[in-house]
Amino acid sequence: MATPQVQEKQQPETGKAVVNDFSMTVATKNGSGSQTSNLTLLRALFKMGIPISGKNLFPSNIQGLPTWYTIRLSKKGYLARRAEHEIVVAMNEDTFVEDLASVAPGGAFYYGDHLKFEINRTDISVYSFPAKKFAKDSSAPATLRDYVANMAYVGVLAHMLEIDMAKIREALEYHFDGKEKPIAINMGVIEAAYEWAKANLTKSDPYRVEPMDETKGFIMADGNTAGALGSIFGGLQFMAWYPITPASSVAEGVSHNIAKFRDKEGQDGKTYGIVQAEDELAAIGMAVGAGWSGLRAMTSTSGPGISLMTEFVGLAAYAEIPVVIWDVQRVGPSTGLPTRTSQGDIISTYFLGHGDTKHIMLLPGSASECFEFGWKSFDIAERMQTPVFVMSDLDLGMNTWMTKPFEYPNTPMDRGKILWEEDLEKLSDWQRYKDVDGDGIPYRTAPGNKHPRSAWFARGTGHNDNAKYSERSEDWEKNMMRLKHKFETAVNYMPKPEVISNGNKVGIISYGSTDAAILEARDYLAEGGLQTDYLRLRAVPFTDEVKDFIEKHDRVYVVEMNRDGQMNMILRLEYPEHTTKLISLAKHDGMPLTANWVKEAVELQEK
Amino acid sequence: MTETAQMPNVQLNLVGLSKNDYRGAPTTLCAGCGHNSISNQIIAAAYELNVVPEEMIKLSGIGCSSKSPAYFLNRSFGFNSLHGRMPSVATGAMFGDHRLRALAVSGDGDTTNIGMGQFKHIMRRNVPMVYIVENNGVYGLTKGQFSATAEKGLRLKYQGLNPFTPVDVVEEAMASGATFVARSFAGDANQVKALIKAALSHNGLAILDIISPCVTFNNEDDSRHSYGWGREHQEPLHDFTFVPREQEIQVGEFPEGTTKTVTMHDGATIVLKKLDRGHDPTSRSAAMRLLEDARNEAVLLTGLIYVEPNQPSLTDVAELSTNRPLNRMTEADLRPDKSMIETANAMMF
Repeated sequence: MATPQVQEKQQPETGKAVVNDFSMTVATKNGSGSQTSNLTLLRALFKMGIPISGKNLFPSNIQGLPTWYTIRLSKKGYLARRAEHEIVVAMNEDTFVEDLASVAPGGAFYYGDHLKFEINRTDISVYSFPAKKFAKDSSAPATLRDYVANMAYVGVLAHMLEIDMAKIREALEYHFDGKEKPIAINMGVIEAAYEWAKANLTKSDPYRVEPMDETKGFIMADGNTAGALGSIFGGLQFMAWYPITPASSVAEGVSHNIAKFRDKEGQDGKTYGIVQAEDELAAIGMAVGAGWSGLRAMTSTSGPGISLMTEFVGLAAYAEIPVVIWDVQRVGPSTGLPTRTSQGDIISTYFLGHGDTKHIMLLPGSASECFEFGWKSFDIAERMQTPVFVMSDLDLGMNTWMTKPFEYPNTPMDRGKILWEEDLEKLSDWQRYKDVDGDGIPYRTAPGNKHPRSAWFARGTGHNDNAKYSERSEDWEKNMMRLKHKFETAVNYMPKPEVISNGNKVGIISYGSTDAAILEARDYLAEGGLQTDYLRLRAVPFTDEVKDFIEKHDRVYVVEMNRDGQMNMILRLEYPEHTTKLISLAKHDGMPLTANWVKEAVELQEK
Repeated sequence: MTETAQMPNVQLNLVGLSKNDYRGAPTTLCAGCGHNSISNQIIAAAYELNVVPEEMIKLSGIGCSSKSPAYFLNRSFGFNSLHGRMPSVATGAMFGDHRLRALAVSGDGDTTNIGMGQFKHIMRRNVPMVYIVENNGVYGLTKGQFSATAEKGLRLKYQGLNPFTPVDVVEEAMASGATFVARSFAGDANQVKALIKAALSHNGLAILDIISPCVTFNNEDDSRHSYGWGREHQEPLHDFTFVPREQEIQVGEFPEGTTKTVTMHDGATIVLKKLDRGHDPTSRSAAMRLLEDARNEAVLLTGLIYVEPNQPSLTDVAELSTNRPLNRMTEADLRPDKSMIETANAMMF
């Protein structure tokens, strides 16, 4: 396995400005309020029209442990993580020494002057500023002073990098929902720091920003909120959930926003129910109960929760009950790295359950695609009468991304093959599990249907076409073969992959949050003379485009964020004839992929 | 509504159904199993209450008791779910059409061993349904292991001696804030039926802990879950009469002082003629004391132990429509208007 350690060489020529093309990292303590400052910077730069991405590297902790926030500016529009940073702002004494050492040569190091450390670097520009002074001098109440103190670096950077103060104000107005008091307090600190920097600091590094026009037609969104809103537009009727990082903000995104979109003036009652369950077993149990009763039901969790939900997922698959499950993946096994990103649940989720089970997995690659799969997953679940997994990850779900605006669903709701009284009236012999249409999908009814032939008995035990208990071998095999056929039918309802194919010999297959790194890496590979084609998977089971893509290429690199190359394994299972073409490039350090890693890993293989 | 053939000698209830319309598949449990007698009382109660079977759902977990929903109410939707996880399924299911009545059957292993967590939480949430624990102290399908309700000192043929303190279903229910708590004995069919009827009138979670002997693995006369011990030690708390909403109480029928009436959320009335202990089931502290007494005296006190008829149920708390179930809602109700996509995008930055 190729695991190159690369350092991008980006030392600027002396005296030449580097504009809109660098990364800056702020090192603070968890719980110190720095997230507001960081998002303010991110949003102000976005409003200046500069393509940016923000990555929060945070600990599993409420207060006190180190946390880093990295903003990458890229005039070319690259949104992936870079391993290097040219500007570092040190606000945490616990990590000061390593933060200072981490600045790229030629870069800039800012630190609060309350941190008394020796500065042992001469290859970078170093600026200190009175980080605590501005909050102390401000109108902020004593209890909030520590929180607004972080606005000091926003003001200093605004001056030093030439960030538009009007855009910073816009960012604060958004963050504080237009509330004048907090906006004024924070803006006051920022302005004081700005003026102080103007009077006291002399710029000696080349990094600065300039307005561009590259963010028009984009919004800033995190995948979890996007998925939550998509679910609301998908007609979500029931959600049960249990808190877990990094998935909680999916459920909270629903509960905080659903009233705004779904409660209407004078409406008699809600159109949805939400329950915070006692654990993940109960969360999926409630969602399955709701799915059985005819509702668009979902739950959201991460790997440990998926493990707990296993038995219910098997039941839902076998009893054929629609339910949507969001898996915002983090690093496992076990508690693992709960605040780091991963694509490590692919194999276990695909086959989740004992006996022969395979499940539909949707693979969103952007925040706006999280919105799309938010509503689409319900259509697929009800059409196929089975669990549908949406496989997001921490990086996509919790970080704020520049993404395309959400689009209104372009197809009407598909409630699948559900029969109500008037439908049953027309049918002489409805049977719950009978394959009437030859596609493996039977017809179902839901509780509350008053027709005397509507009822059926849902069970995880062996059953015949009529949902009656059966231990007969023929019934069992027939049913399982129909379920297999149903899974084949599911391909017709899967979102097709995104393919860039220009007749090159080398192809790359990837999925999910790695998209940004792949797109950037393909440019670097091309600069080095290697043209590549690219297929981004959007769902499992695979549609024909995947097979075609593999067939057309001599070598296909399957890039993903886990140890064992899990998607590569599934591809090999589905296309055993192409096993030798499929080469796994897998990275599992808990960090979002970098383009440089992908480039180096491919080049190492291509040598 | 009904498909019952109009046979001359078949008696029909007020919704035009015969008792047969409330039956299920033939039982596959052992002859003499307490669970079968409870199934029969469920059938009788639903028939006598004129319940439309399609307006009821039945749920269960895994085990002998959990098999029994297949043996009653064939025309009701049913869900035989996972071991110990029926409460979560029921919680979600009640959101589909909250006007339906739900009746769930579980066992002592299903509820107090593997399912203790969900059992406690469904009471906290006051999910509107009847939760029957068919309690026999042992696992039947896996051949006679102890459950958590088996009494300390119980000796079974293959398992030997049970050295552990039992879990009391009713005490757990009280501790968890259940709003309708009763105990009964499968050998007392009339009381079982009356309690099921009253429980079906309750707007909230009704726990019925019914001692339901396992004739195969735990029916020695000295066992707390046997027919013999039950017959010897049962002491009904009240003469219990359930009066449905439709039926008027005659003045003077129940003299004051010796009786207490409880008006249920749906307008039905429970009339309790106090017996020796004079228990007031609307008093939480009296109920707790009673349970302590029952334990100390080694007596099987049966009847309505506690009731709190006016607590909001889960579906009340969820503010669902009074007459329009969620599962009848369509795209027009569920998908925001096209203009709302601008609102969604504006919420981002």
